Formats: sequence, structure tokens, C-alpha cells
Amino acid sequence: MSNTATNTAPGTTTAEEDLVEGVRTDEARIAIPGMTQEGEKLATEHSTATDEREVEVALPKGAKKPAGNSRAERTASYDLADFPELTGREEDFRFTPLKRLKGLHSDELTAEAPAVTVSGSDLVRVETVGRDDARVGSAGIPEDRLSANAWAHFREATVITVPREAEIADTVLVEIKGSHTDPAAQHLIVDAQAFSKARIVLHHSGTAVVSQNIEFLVGDSANLTVVTLQEWQDQGTAHASAQHGKLGRDARFKHVSVNLGGDTVRVTPAVRYTGPGAEVEMYGLTFVDDDQHLESRLFVDHSQPNCVSRVTYKSALQGRGAHGVWVGDVLIRPEAEGTDTYELNRNLILNDGPRMDSIPNLEIETGLIAGAGHASTTGQLDSEHLYYLMSRGIPEVEARRLVVRGFLFEILQQIEDEGIEARLRDVVEAELSNADH
Amino acid sequence: MSTLEIKDLQASVLLDDENSKQILKGVNITINSGEVHAIMGPNGSGKSTLASTIAGHPKFRVDSGSVTLDGENVLDMSVDERARAGLFLAMQYPVEIPGVTTSNFLRSAKTAVDGEAPSLRTWTKDVKAVAEQLKMDPAMIQRNVNEGFSGGEKKRMEIMQLELLKPKMALLDETDSGLDVDALRVVSEGVNRAKESNDMGVMLITHYNRILRYIKPDYVHVFNDGRIVEQGGPELAVKLEEEGYDKYVAAAAGR
Repeated sequence: MSNTATNTAPGTTTAEEDLVEGVRTDEARIAIPGMTQEGEKLATEHSTATDEREVEVALPKGAKKPAGNSRAERTASYDLADFPELTGREEDFRFTPLKRLKGLHSDELTAEAPAVTVSGSDLVRVETVGRDDARVGSAGIPEDRLSANAWAHFREATVITVPREAEIADTVLVEIKGSHTDPAAQHLIVDAQAFSKARIVLHHSGTAVVSQNIEFLVGDSANLTVVTLQEWQDQGTAHASAQHGKLGRDARFKHVSVNLGGDTVRVTPAVRYTGPGAEVEMYGLTFVDDDQHLESRLFVDHSQPNCVSRVTYKSALQGRGAHGVWVGDVLIRPEAEGTDTYELNRNLILNDGPRMDSIPNLEIETGLIAGAGHASTTGQLDSEHLYYLMSRGIPEVEARRLVVRGFLFEILQQIEDEGIEARLRDVVEAELSNADH
Repeated sequence: MSTLEIKDLQASVLLDDENSKQILKGVNITINSGEVHAIMGPNGSGKSTLASTIAGHPKFRVDSGSVTLDGENVLDMSVDERARAGLFLAMQYPVEIPGVTTSNFLRSAKTAVDGEAPSLRTWTKDVKAVAEQLKMDPAMIQRNVNEGFSGGEKKRMEIMQLELLKPKMALLDETDSGLDVDALRVVSEGVNRAKESNDMGVMLITHYNRILRYIKPDYVHVFNDGRIVEQGGPELAVKLEEEGYDKYVAAAAGR
């Protein structure tokens, strides 16, 4: 299956080690000697089922393993100067086509950010605040140059507050609409206060070249669902979105990322725990078409005891030049006893041409956990499934659609808003009928 | 009145890109509407290959011979065309299909076979009635196809489809395997209902005589080493039950 191109070989950069010097890093972060090998080993194991030619290409002769590649050692800073210019060889950028970022990583992001409109409920408070607002930076800290560049350049932030104990049944819709392709920075904050409950949908549309930081403060016992829809015009759009969740004690956070439109889209959701007993569910649905690059890199940082995380990301890919990337980092720190985590990535290659890179990384620093696991599969439709459906008279095209729909719609059901689900089902159907499979 | 005619069918299993192995070595059998033909034979004799080859499983290649349904060349048809022409294979090991609900699947299959969508009102009623007769949990309809079903539930699900899709010819591939006595009776009654209501022809593949107490065969064919080695009436099944397949296996080994 030469079209089921895949991950992965160790990156070739050794720069990270030097970079740590003088860089502001979160004090809670610790190096994990010994775990480095383990994380890398897991990733490499997944590559054994892959086209060997690809692996050779990805690992030139004489390439060295990076000295430290534990997720805990990653640079985290609000200062752009702490992130050197990108070369494309960095571990976290080795799949990203830098040229197609249209300057988001290198230029001054001074253009006007996509317009933000909030609707759906009077119970939320919407403000526009300056960089000096106390809530800016309260949930997130940049961990890559795209995010740091956005942080360096955003002028004002939109803050959406779900007041303490407010329970909002209706979906809060945040329209984020772009209208040009000059590089811009954007900053949003969702402050779900203690004991509140809400579902917030971020709907990205139009045309934009934008790097975002979006912070989600999920207060003690709050229950926040965030759905982030990337439905840009394919032509000309480059979108980087660093989404930072910070969870209080016993908080519930569900994050659903749906990536459909845009030339180059890179979403990097990260979740951190500040108290015990919190639960995270992260879902992703990505549909990659011809020449699209859609990348998801997520991070779950288990630093508190008795927290739960569940990650389920699915992609379907079709057409020449379609490139999907999924990297799932889960770190269980020594203090995170009783952690229960599982991450799953499943990818369906629909025809000849696409490439999918899938790398789950699980670092475990304590043996006292409830459970930890991961799985990644990339393949074509199961011929036995098709045979079964066809043996009941269902034509092949229809059989394929039935299986693909079933595969993808499971994620959409997690949105729990029938209107939005129905609209997205139609969008996916339209994508499917674009190709002869 | 329909006729499924299999003439000198030879077929191989594709082992990989380069290798194959001949399994069927010239099978001749003719099945008319309303007839039940039991195909009995030891494990590995090629019984299931016969059923899968007729249904069009891509793992098997026809080397020579013909299969026709009412004169139409079945071997020229795709898998779904065969089903729409009126063939139905109840599989020995039905697969689980994640994400596709049983109800959606049944409706899609019925629409494909009939060439038009079933009337919503009568369809729901029909599905419910068949499920009840097969003593299936109605909630199963909302679950994904065969997902998490027990072996017995999967076999009932096959017969449920048989009853709903109303084919001209049913190929039952070891439908009795793994069923306890109660389930065997329920499933057999389903097959008999389908046969009566639709004058369906049946090719019943089995290792054991047990199911033939519930589904009465008109003809019994003994299958060994890829061909039919003896034919007779129901009394042959009784004889097989007493004597086993040893003499056929020994005869094949000596050939």
C-alpha cells in the first residue's frame, strides 16, 4: 500500500538542547531523563507497518536522534525571542510546510484579525480587552513560534465569560470570519467560571492568514464544551491555532476540533490540570482533500492526581497532495497518580495520493496510574466490510459511503447540537461526492 | 420459477499476489425454486469456498465452469449485482461494521435489492415483526452492524436479512454452527418461512445432520476434495450421521 504513507522517523534537529539556555520555562516542568527513548520508541514502533521507502527518505544517513525530546522539555514562553527562526527541521515542525504558512512564523502579524461575532445566549458576557488584562495569559503559554508570534503581535483580545454557576443550554456561537490574506494575529479567551456549564462553537470561515491563541479557563467543577470548526475557503488560507485549556478541580472539558477547509491549517490544543478529579475528552474530525495540509498536534499534561483524559481523532484523506498530520502527546508526571488516559487516532485513506503522519507519544513517569494506552491505525477501507455490504445488494459506491460516514459521523455526534451536526454532515457528504470512491 | 445452475465449477483461493491453490475441482449442481439441497462434507472439503465463489468473494478466482441464475451468467456480475439478481449468502462469519447502524444498513440493502426505497411505515413494521419472530432484541436495530453481537445473534441477523430481502436463492454457509438447540430451531424456522413465502431455493451447507431435522432437504450431496462425491435423498444424511465422512476422505486420499 504505497499510498498509505506514514510516519515517522526521529527528527534530525539537535537544536533543542541549546535553546533551553536562557529560555523562560514553566517551573513545574521537569526534564525526564530516560523517558526520551521510550517516547521515541513508541513513535517508531508505529512506523514499522509503513512503507520502508518513506522511512528511508525521512531518516537520512547519519541523522542523529535529538538529545531531549520529552514533551516536558519543550520551550514555553511569552517572548518571541525565545523561539528561534524555524528551519522546518524542528521536531514539532518537521511535517509543516513553512512556505505555506505565508509568514505566520516569520513576519510581523499586523493586519486586521478576522472579525469576531458572538451570539446564541444573553447569559455570556463578551468584552474586548487590551493586552494588559489580567486574564490574558492566565490559561496559556506559547509552546511554538507560531503561537509566540501571535502573542507578540495581537492588539486586543475578545473575552467571553460564562458567569459562575450559569448553565447555558443553547449553543454559544462565535463566528470568526476572515476577509483578506495579510498575516494577522488573534487572541480569544473563554472564561468558564466555577460551576458553570456551556457549549461554545468557534466557527472559522472566509479567507485569512492568521495565527491565534485561544485560552480556555475551565473553573472548578465547570463543564465546558468547545467545538472549533475550521471551515475556511481552501484558497489562500493559512491558519495556526494554539488552543490552551486550563482545568480546575473536578472540571469537565470537551474539545471537538473539526478541520474541513483551508489550504494549511495547524491546530495545537493543549490541556493542563490545576486540581485533581478533572476530566478531558478531545475529539477530532479531519477531512483532507487534494493539496490540503491539515495538522493536529495535541498535548495532555497530566500533572494532578486522579484526572482522566480521552482522545479520539479521526481523519479521512483523498486526492493528490492531501497531507494529514496527527501528533498526540500525553505526559503523565510523577505527581499525577491515578491518571486514566487513552488516545486513539484512526485514519482512512480513500484513494491513491494522500499522505498521513500519525504519531502518538505517551510518556509515563509514575507507575501508580489507573490506565494509559494509545492506538493509531492508518489504512484503506476494509475490503471485508465492503464485501459484506455489497453481498446484500448495496452498490460499491454506496457501500463505501456508508462505511466512511459511519467512521466520521461518530465524531460529529460529540457536538451534541443537532443543527450544527446536520450542517456538518452535509459538508462531509459534499466532500465525499467530490471523489469517485 | 428460478434455477441456479452450477456446471463444472473450478475455482482457486488466492493466497497472495502470486500464489493460488485450487479448491473446487469441478462442481455440478442445479437448484430450482422451492428445493432444499444440503451440501455435507468434512472440514476443508471446499463447501464454504463453493458458497463464497458463487457470491463473488474477491479471495476466490473462478478457473473454469459456469454459474447461471435463470440463464444469466452470475460470474460476470459484481458482488452487489449478484445480490440484486436474487442470490443471498448467509455467511459463516459475518463481519462487524463499526459506525453503520443495523437499521440504516437494512434499509440501504432493501432499497438496493428492490430498486426503490421501502415504504417507511410498513418497513418499520416488517423489521419489527421479523425481529420478534427470530427472538431478537429490537434494540439491536440501533446498534452497529454485528458489533458486539454474540455468535448466535450474528446468525439470527443473517436470517433476518434473508427474510427481509426475499432472495430467489439462499446459500446458507454453516448457519447452524455455534447455535444451541433453541437458537437452531428459531433460525431454522426463519429459513423455512423465507422459503415458503418466496418459493426460495436453498443451498444449505453443513457439517452436521442436526439442522436437517428442522430444514428438510430434498437432496443431499456429499462434498469432498472440491467435488460432489455422492448424491441422494434425505436418507443419505442419516447414513452420514451414522457412518461419518471417513470413507469419502479415504477414497479421496487414495485417488
